[in-house]
Amino acid sequence: MASLIACPHCGPRPREEFSVRGDAAPLRPAPDAAPEAWLAYLHARENPRGPHREHWRHEGGCGRWLVVARDTATHEVFSVTDVQAAARSAAREGRE
Amino acid sequence: MTAFRLPSGGRIDRARPLRFTFDGRGFEGFEGDTLASALLAAGVGVQGRSFKYHRPRGPLTAGSAEPNALVTVGTGGRREPNVRATTLMLSEGLVAESQNRFPSLRLDLGAAAGLFAPLLGAGFYYKTFMWPAPFWEKVYEPLIRRAAGLGRAGTAPDPDAYAKRWAHCDLLVIGAGPAGLAAALTAAAAGAQVILADEGETPGGGLLDLRPGDGPDPAGMLAAAGPNLTVLPRATVFGWYDDNVFGVLETVGKRRAAPDPHQPAERLWRIAAREALLCAGADERPLMMPGNDLPGVALAGAMRRHLNRHAVAPGARVAVATNGPSGHALARDLEAAGVEVAEVVTLDPAAPPGLAALGRGRVRGMRVDGRRIEADALAMSGGWSPLIQLACQRGARPFWSAERGAFLAPETPGLTPAGAARGLSGVDACLGDGAAAAVAALSRLGLRAEPAFPPAPEDCAPPAPLLPFRASGKAGRAKTFVDFQNDVTLADLARAEAEGYGDPELAKRYTTAGMATDQGRCSGVNAALALAHLRGLAPGEAALTTMRPPFAPVSLGALAGPHRGAHFQPVRRTPLHAWAEARGAVFVETGQWLRPAWFPAQGETHWRESATREARAVRASAGLCDVSTLGKIEVTGADAAAFLDRVYCNGIASIRVGRARYALMLREDGMVLDDGTVARLAPDRFFVTTTTAMAGPALAHMEFCAQVLWPGLDVRMTSVTDQWAQMAVAGPRAREILGRIVDADVSDAAFPYMAVAETTLFGGRVPARLYRLSYSGERAYELGVPAAWGPATADALMEAAGPGGLTPYGAEALAMLRIEKGHVTHAEINGTVTAADLGLGRMARREKPDFIGRAGLARPGLAAADRLTLCGLVPLDAGAEIRAGAHVLNPGEAPSLAADQGHVTSATVSPALGHAAALALVKGGAGRIGEEVVAWDGLAGTSTPARIVSPVFLDPEGARLRAPAAEAGPPLPPPAALAPTPALAGAGTGRFGAPGAAGLRLTVEPEGAVVQVFAAPGREGEAPLAASALPCPVRFAGPGRWLVFGGLAETPAGAARVDMSGAWVRIGLEGPAAAALLAAGTGARLDAEAFPEGASILTRWNRHALSLARLGETRWEIAVSRSRALDLWEALRAAGAEFGGEAVGP
Ligand SMILES: [Zn+2]
Repeated sequence: MASLIACPHCGPRPREEFSVRGDAAPLRPAPDAAPEAWLAYLHARENPRGPHREHWRHEGGCGRWLVVARDTATHEVFSVTDVQAAARSAAREGRE
Repeated sequence: MTAFRLPSGGRIDRARPLRFTFDGRGFEGFEGDTLASALLAAGVGVQGRSFKYHRPRGPLTAGSAEPNALVTVGTGGRREPNVRATTLMLSEGLVAESQNRFPSLRLDLGAAAGLFAPLLGAGFYYKTFMWPAPFWEKVYEPLIRRAAGLGRAGTAPDPDAYAKRWAHCDLLVIGAGPAGLAAALTAAAAGAQVILADEGETPGGGLLDLRPGDGPDPAGMLAAAGPNLTVLPRATVFGWYDDNVFGVLETVGKRRAAPDPHQPAERLWRIAAREALLCAGADERPLMMPGNDLPGVALAGAMRRHLNRHAVAPGARVAVATNGPSGHALARDLEAAGVEVAEVVTLDPAAPPGLAALGRGRVRGMRVDGRRIEADALAMSGGWSPLIQLACQRGARPFWSAERGAFLAPETPGLTPAGAARGLSGVDACLGDGAAAAVAALSRLGLRAEPAFPPAPEDCAPPAPLLPFRASGKAGRAKTFVDFQNDVTLADLARAEAEGYGDPELAKRYTTAGMATDQGRCSGVNAALALAHLRGLAPGEAALTTMRPPFAPVSLGALAGPHRGAHFQPVRRTPLHAWAEARGAVFVETGQWLRPAWFPAQGETHWRESATREARAVRASAGLCDVSTLGKIEVTGADAAAFLDRVYCNGIASIRVGRARYALMLREDGMVLDDGTVARLAPDRFFVTTTTAMAGPALAHMEFCAQVLWPGLDVRMTSVTDQWAQMAVAGPRAREILGRIVDADVSDAAFPYMAVAETTLFGGRVPARLYRLSYSGERAYELGVPAAWGPATADALMEAAGPGGLTPYGAEALAMLRIEKGHVTHAEINGTVTAADLGLGRMARREKPDFIGRAGLARPGLAAADRLTLCGLVPLDAGAEIRAGAHVLNPGEAPSLAADQGHVTSATVSPALGHAAALALVKGGAGRIGEEVVAWDGLAGTSTPARIVSPVFLDPEGARLRAPAAEAGPPLPPPAALAPTPALAGAGTGRFGAPGAAGLRLTVEPEGAVVQVFAAPGREGEAPLAASALPCPVRFAGPGRWLVFGGLAETPAGAARVDMSGAWVRIGLEGPAAAALLAAGTGARLDAEAFPEGASILTRWNRHALSLARLGETRWEIAVSRSRALDLWEALRAAGAEFGGEAVGP
């Protein structure tokens, strides 16, 4: 019926403005990583009851890819962050 | 006056009589009556027949919990069954019928179902299924279908509109009884934004049931409140959802005999509240005694409401049996109104008497321990059940409070029960509790509030719960109903318990107790008490069943809201829509798009006739096809080439400027995601196309790659689908025709196959892009012009071709042409095929270090010999047809999963070949050319012998692409009418909706240049881009992205830009109702604090994607992509009808 996601760029918006892709944990392996690594990336997913980090996209708003940390049982949202902005600031900090 | 209408008093307006009919008979009531009260006043005590046994029933309650008095209201498309007569406000001319009776309410033959009662007992669904199937199908089910059930829905379309609305507030108060009023007033006085929602016609709740002077006056209380208190009457809060969003159903015109045609029937609110108080009150519990469903037996509180609010006496002589003060209060008020009270029996839970209601068809009295009390009305009160359903909808379990003798809701963050909803009794106690609850809720928000009412003691100690009563003799053999609406008796529960289904959840399913439209409001607690008693447990040890939304019935119309009929989903129209419409095009829906499917010529009656003619014209002369729906994305940035090289499986970085390439996008698992073309406009600027269907997913995928997988790359995507009117001009004469209007040199030397040029038309009059691409296999070009120039350009092309030289063709002819050439669409790219499966294996450049799908492609299974691969099929009998969806079998094999060789993905009757041609995915198909198979169509019941052939049916060498052709014709003089077409040409204008002062004004902003500006990476938040310091309107388009309207002479330092002129259309929205219209579609906060003047957002309004800017207190600007503009305009007018407005066209 309804629920709100607080987009870091747009503020709280109805869930209908967002789409969910799924688990944000798997990291894309290096191109020549072992087949097992690719197999895990392609197919292996945790389905936890409780806290979970997922990729969501604010397609009805800013269009950004976000990491929504939420509880899958209660849908309590702990944090919503912009993936690229977080990666870039981490990269900058790494350089400094 | 009738016998039951009191001569004075009540909250009815005796100066305004209202006529209505019930079962065709005329009656009169008053303004302020419900249907139930007006009928009771007229002496109609039987208002419905029960679900299973067809027992005569009168109103048990006087409110929304009513299980008995369910009627069908309205006629035609407004016919609505199962309306509670106790909440249906009377209106002039109302038409109501009773339900579940044949032939009449008084004489109901179906009541004979009572004779079958032993068959219809608990668990009968399950038991009767054990009977022989023919008996069930032929005898039992038809019998039940005829006998049982409630009202029948109408079949005519509902003529009314349904609205939606979002709201945000600090405090939502649910229920406007004493606790709710006190809470709302307390919070509003503290300055909080408060919404007070109440199901009643007027706020007040139980206060309205008191005699004048017995309690505070709700209207007077609310008169002093400020504008930060919004009162929503006739609004039922039915659901509590995540993030403290509440679903609320507001009744507006629904069930009124003559509704205002401009007002919606209902309005579905979604209210996001920082805190909420549940002040919904409590439901009175019926007594579980034999005969408790007799007409004339009702809850004491209900009788008191009918007496004091509606001035209706329950009878001439009223008996009362009560647990707690409710019955005594009724008796006092009855006596004050001059109605005789036979006796008040105070029930002692510790020493319950034998108790039964007496009568047949109507209550005649009560038996108490063998003593008979004569009465023509019997009031009962078994105590009160707090309305905790909302608080328990999100997983919290109710708990039994022995102290309160009731189930209560546990503490839950965000929603707190107060007053009677947490078991308190007495007006003063509830006033004080509501005020205190509001103070506490506001303090959680950091706001200080002063209670509007002081704490006060309750008016009595809570009564202990009552168990089922027994009575001796004949009276004791009458049924004791627990769930009145579903006709579930105490005996049914006992049987369920005896048969092992005594657990409340099992008993519910076994007996259907609590499964009726009232969701167990009258029965839930009594069922739990009865089950505990039957199982020898203490009260409360049998739990309530799980509570789920909705708390009250919600109509499908309200849930659908504006999304019905023409506005079921947003509609996108291409720039050439009206152009095609004027040429008689028949349109087909593709996602949200409307595309021309074929253009019937005079005398053509079948689509295939038209499409065949169009396809032949393309191969013989030239055709014009609108391909504007293809997704178009401009990819820019220093790393654009490197990025696209990783996104597509084939080589992109090697494309030269001014050239295009067919390209395949894979999923990470190696399967094909989409295909399209990539054109390089500059070293760091690409124009890529996607298929129509995958435009959205492909862009989301590319954004995922850029933002998540490779966040460091300097690359940006801009969807420019709406910017261009894109026309395919295909056929041997294509160059000759195009050359007459295009300024660029279109000779093969200057503009070979796969060339791309940014050019102009008519000597620089119209900007254009020209691509030499072919989908049909013919010499073909795609011409893109700014959307507004589409119709004029199409006209010019037609003129340049001369009569009959250029034939508009639609999606059907396009499909014929591409099947003949073996080109794939998403019929083939179905998510399970690789590039190699499609015969495009060489496109995947494994030597590239990385691309999406590279590792996935290496999976050994993808190289298996029996994979389904693309091939062609032709019938052995040239006259036979093959249909898409047919399965491919080896000759002589019976159809089975094991024998399945694949299936036909696309099929046509080829105009060029003169016989059927089909594309198929067949096991090892590409290597089986020449084999005979059978196309088996189980739906059509046909088996067609066919031969596997190459999927390229026509011109496999591609000679037609480059065949010599006439050079460019002589330049066409610019047509006199060469002019752009406004996006909103043809939009409805003038006054719309409700008459009177216009609440809205819709205008169209002039079209002009639009630029998307990007901040350099790492400088997303910097001024001056973020500020409105630029000399023209700047709108938020994402972090570090802005839409600049009206052109931008210079790109700000450190920024990049992409022209999007024409892709966006701006609509002005102004007026006192503007914010309400916006809130009808978007859940974004629109208040001045969250959305100040000058701010802009991207959001969705009723599924329409748009940008919204606030220009003034009541002045807004909506920017919408061009293809959606006309549909949005019409949707705004439709949703704005309730406010009345004026639309000013372009
Ligand atoms: Zn956003």
